Amino acid sequence: MAKAPKPRRIQTLSKAPTGIAGLDAVTQGGLPRGRPTLVSGRAGCGKTVLGLEFVVRGAVEFEEPGLIVSFEESAEELTANVRSLGFDLDDLCARKKLAVEFVSVERHEIEETGDYNLDGLFVRLGHAIDSLGAKRMLLDTIEALFAGLTNLGILRAELRRLFRWLKSKGVTVVLTGEQGEGAFTRQGLEEYVSDCVISLDVKLAHHVATRTLRVVKYRGSSHSPDEYPFLITDRGVTVMPITSLGLAHEASSERISSGSAAVDELLGGKGFFRGSTVLVSGAAGTGKTSAAAYLANSACKRGEKCMYFAFEESPQQLIRNMRSIGIDLAPFVKKGLLRVEATRPSLFGLESHLAASLNAVNEFDPAVVIVDPITDFVSLGSTYEVRSMMTRLVDHLKSRGITALMTSLDSTNASKSEEEVGVSSLIDTWIVAELVEVAGERNRAISVLKSRGMPHSNQIREFLLGPRGLELVPVYRGPGGFLSGSARRAQQTADDATSSTGNGS
Amino acid sequence: MNREARVRKTKASAGRKARKELYVLRLYVAGLTTRSRTAISNITSICEEHLQGRYDLEVIDVFQRPILAREEQIIATPTLVKKLPAPLRRLIGDLSERQKVLIGLDLRRLG
Repeated sequence: MAKAPKPRRIQTLSKAPTGIAGLDAVTQGGLPRGRPTLVSGRAGCGKTVLGLEFVVRGAVEFEEPGLIVSFEESAEELTANVRSLGFDLDDLCARKKLAVEFVSVERHEIEETGDYNLDGLFVRLGHAIDSLGAKRMLLDTIEALFAGLTNLGILRAELRRLFRWLKSKGVTVVLTGEQGEGAFTRQGLEEYVSDCVISLDVKLAHHVATRTLRVVKYRGSSHSPDEYPFLITDRGVTVMPITSLGLAHEASSERISSGSAAVDELLGGKGFFRGSTVLVSGAAGTGKTSAAAYLANSACKRGEKCMYFAFEESPQQLIRNMRSIGIDLAPFVKKGLLRVEATRPSLFGLESHLAASLNAVNEFDPAVVIVDPITDFVSLGSTYEVRSMMTRLVDHLKSRGITALMTSLDSTNASKSEEEVGVSSLIDTWIVAELVEVAGERNRAISVLKSRGMPHSNQIREFLLGPRGLELVPVYRGPGGFLSGSARRAQQTADDATSSTGNGS
Repeated sequence: MNREARVRKTKASAGRKARKELYVLRLYVAGLTTRSRTAISNITSICEEHLQGRYDLEVIDVFQRPILAREEQIIATPTLVKKLPAPLRRLIGDLSERQKVLIGLDLRRLG
């Protein structure tokens, strides 16, 4: 009797994880295993770095020995390049995890005198693959052959044979290619590599460069066709998936103090939800940075780590200024609980900022993140771009359960509902600080515009910033309406006088 | 089977032609294919005609000596490497274009 056929699971394409942050998400698992992937882009786009990292990470993280075939750089130059990614090539080569094959093609030495093939190259690659047991390979860049050999008929036929042969060996290959006019590569390498094509680019906006990566083609697999920004840092390549993580994050009901009894009082006496996103907006000089410092201070006092992104002040300046309201952050910096990352917003492009910030957050793993202020990003991109970046930042922080406080500079007092960067819908708790101009003085007033999931005060409260910190002034709610500053004091004196007169009669 | 063929002619008469340089040639082939044989017979005939008594020709099979192929930066086969006299030259192909080979070996003025 014949056995009933087993239900067979449909074999999906096997993938080789790259280990490059973000790229595996974009390619949904990595590059096609045992097949070639073309990485194309103009000069200086990061093709070689991407390929090197794929091979090196394969050797270090996935137990897949790799062969680096360089047509342009000698082993010494490669070692230096790989070291800039934080890997020791010499050590990896000594441990038989990597091998470097330098293929030199010197046009001026070569004369073609008849029929030939590329068996010499095949033998060298075959020997290197076999003696290492290589599973991954970088060909950087095979276009050099076109510069050295003139018989295109032979060359193209041999390249086709080379990629068929590499497939039969089951090696996952990354080959780089210079972008050509109207084609992915100048020499039409995509003709030989039909499995996966990744295109790299550098875009300039407002004189700031942003690297982008796009998976143009991925045969037999779904992939995101979008363009993603990426960074090359001293820890290699980081690709930033634009798609946000959605709204699936955990919502904590734990409350943490804002660090200021006054602000806590406005928020039902308990402070912020842990993991929520707080916006403090207001005109210049309303005490936004002070509110941020309060939160940092209270987090560090609890022994939690806090990351402070300062875009307007240097760490020293910030610490000095906060001493004036009675907050000393210096000991926390020393203890490693507080890290102040101070950069000018114009240092990188918007996407690079995001990537750099997220990298820093992932590495430091803080409980509280402060961005002071977010308004500075507006100068770097359109409202849409800034909003998209902020969404991803907020989503990322929420998914990690990090409480975030951002400050936003309003150009005028009146525009509190005009979202300067269009982020109000991302915000859980929105505190507005204002300057109220009455009788020739400006008084600071604070109110909670919204705070999701908690009862909060609806009053606009006057507050003072002094050596004792942020203090709410008792509200004057009398027949004179809402009064602040001298007017409040005058009214109070008047009221007192009236009541004492009343008593006396 | 040893695919390595070795043809070496060093003559006592070399001293008589001291002004003539010694040619050190290495022919890299991939197996004894028809193309390899063509290359070997072409170079042997050129050497016998133009360099009699002052050449050192060695035929190397890259399948047998992959490390040597790497050290010598061999990509195409057959490749004839003129190691001496300087400058180093690589003649790739089966050497059937005789004029080009003579130019490549700096022998044209003799022929």
